[in-house]
Amino acid sequence: MTIALKIKNLTKRYENGFQALQGIDLEVEQGDFFALLGPNGAGKSTTIGILCSLISKSSGSVNILGYDIDTDFSLAKKQLGVVPQEFNFSQFESVEHIVISQAGYYGLPRALAIERTEEYLKQLGLWDKRKVAARMLSGGMKRRLMIARALIHEPKLLILDEPTAGVDIELRRSMWDFLRKINEQGTTIILTTHYLEEAESLCRNLAIIDQGQIIKNASVKTLLTTLNRETFLLDTREEVEVIPDLPEYVLRKVESHCIEVDLEKGQSLNELFSVLSEQGVGVLSMRNKTNRLEELFVSLVNQGREAGAAK
Amino acid sequence: MTMQEQWIAFMTIVRKEIHRFMRIWMQTLLPPAITMSLYFVVFGSLIGSRIGPMQGFSYMEFVVPGLIMMSVITNSYSNVASSFYSAKFQHSVEEMLVSPMPNYVILLGYLVGGSARGLLVGVIVTCMSLFFTDLNIHSLPIMIGIVLLAALLFSLMGFLNGVYANSFDDISIIPTFVLTPLTYLGGVFYSISLLSDGWRELSMLNPVLYLVNAFRFGILGFSDIHVGYAFAGVIAFVVILFVYCLHILNSGQKLRN
Repeated sequence: MTIALKIKNLTKRYENGFQALQGIDLEVEQGDFFALLGPNGAGKSTTIGILCSLISKSSGSVNILGYDIDTDFSLAKKQLGVVPQEFNFSQFESVEHIVISQAGYYGLPRALAIERTEEYLKQLGLWDKRKVAARMLSGGMKRRLMIARALIHEPKLLILDEPTAGVDIELRRSMWDFLRKINEQGTTIILTTHYLEEAESLCRNLAIIDQGQIIKNASVKTLLTTLNRETFLLDTREEVEVIPDLPEYVLRKVESHCIEVDLEKGQSLNELFSVLSEQGVGVLSMRNKTNRLEELFVSLVNQGREAGAAK
Repeated sequence: MTMQEQWIAFMTIVRKEIHRFMRIWMQTLLPPAITMSLYFVVFGSLIGSRIGPMQGFSYMEFVVPGLIMMSVITNSYSNVASSFYSAKFQHSVEEMLVSPMPNYVILLGYLVGGSARGLLVGVIVTCMSLFFTDLNIHSLPIMIGIVLLAALLFSLMGFLNGVYANSFDDISIIPTFVLTPLTYLGGVFYSISLLSDGWRELSMLNPVLYLVNAFRFGILGFSDIHVGYAFAGVIAFVVILFVYCLHILNSGQKLRN
């Protein structure tokens, strides 16, 4: 399998002395849909900034599709498309002008640039807005404009830094569908997001970064199997006045018709429902209290910080 | 990038820059046309008619080359300074920085874009001047050569200003407090032969004086200084500033973290 991104011992120390990255190693296979997760200030955006050369690294190496960003600068950049977190286009230019110009910066002939601009603006639902100045677009449209712009030179590796931040649910789902489609067509995607549901739904592999270090790098499936405890919310038929006394389960009352229960790995939901039924509590519906990946994320970040503090 | 791809990237910036100043022509092309027409009316016709000939030319004939050069200088400068700073302010400069385009292509694109505005304004002002006086060109190569170099030189200076500016105030400080005094004291409205020795020697340190006089020589065949010095000085400054601007882009100062 070809490696789309290979980062080796990457460090970044800013001029104010802040060590943003403390020696990151990361590999992303070609064709992967990869999530780079981490709390605010963990080093995600610094890493992306280095990949697209907006931030200079202190040490280490970065290789994109076999091209080193130091020695094969131009070829490495041609493989890469970036959708940044902040809007970074001229607010006064028209949508089509922004995308066509970006194609020009990559050396695409104008006729091809115009053809592809039409293709991507149509795919992303912006064709009707092509003559509109970028500042007149809604937040979701601006995000889609940045995706169209990043794809115009058809990069093999697409990096999206929180692409759905501030986007409504309907639009977020349509962006997910679009990203899944281009991933199926062969584009490797690396995504940073704070919506862990998004990462769980889209990505096959992930890395969690905190305090400038990768604290976990695994497939989403593997990671979710390591989840030892899940918390469920149970909506009950009758009002629960007193929490049933069940020694094997940890139950808490949330509201009059809702209780939450922690289930350890191996504990059966069927058994729980039977026991509750015997106690006169009928369950109408249930749901995870938080996203499963979110539980893991919080637990891993906390473990990492406790281990760091102990040292 | 291949040479052809670099050419496409370069032309993209040039086209974008020209499109920008044409789109806002009310802010970029109209004001200098009106201002210079007022200069022609006030200094050329109203006051100029009372001043009498200057170095054998009517005052109107004398000031026209200086005013054309002044408009080329200020417009080349302000186009690049405001356009590049605006790209930096809106972060749209990142569109170019993340692309495989070499830094010299970015620089050349902005320089040609800025020069295009300076030269277009120069043409407009020249056309306006024809309503007030006749222009008999003494040497077309000198006239075109020096105006191209002036546009390039002040585009480079505007680029530097755009890179180092931290606010929109910063891109008006240099034009107001440096460029305008240098232009007004650069022999646009008078011959330095009218000045006393001390002031004349001080004026010789003003780079705008050389540009104005070389351009005036191209049109009228008269100059206070040797035209060869003007060309040599401007070419030297263009080369030095180009290398310096490229160094800034390569080092990423004020642009990359």
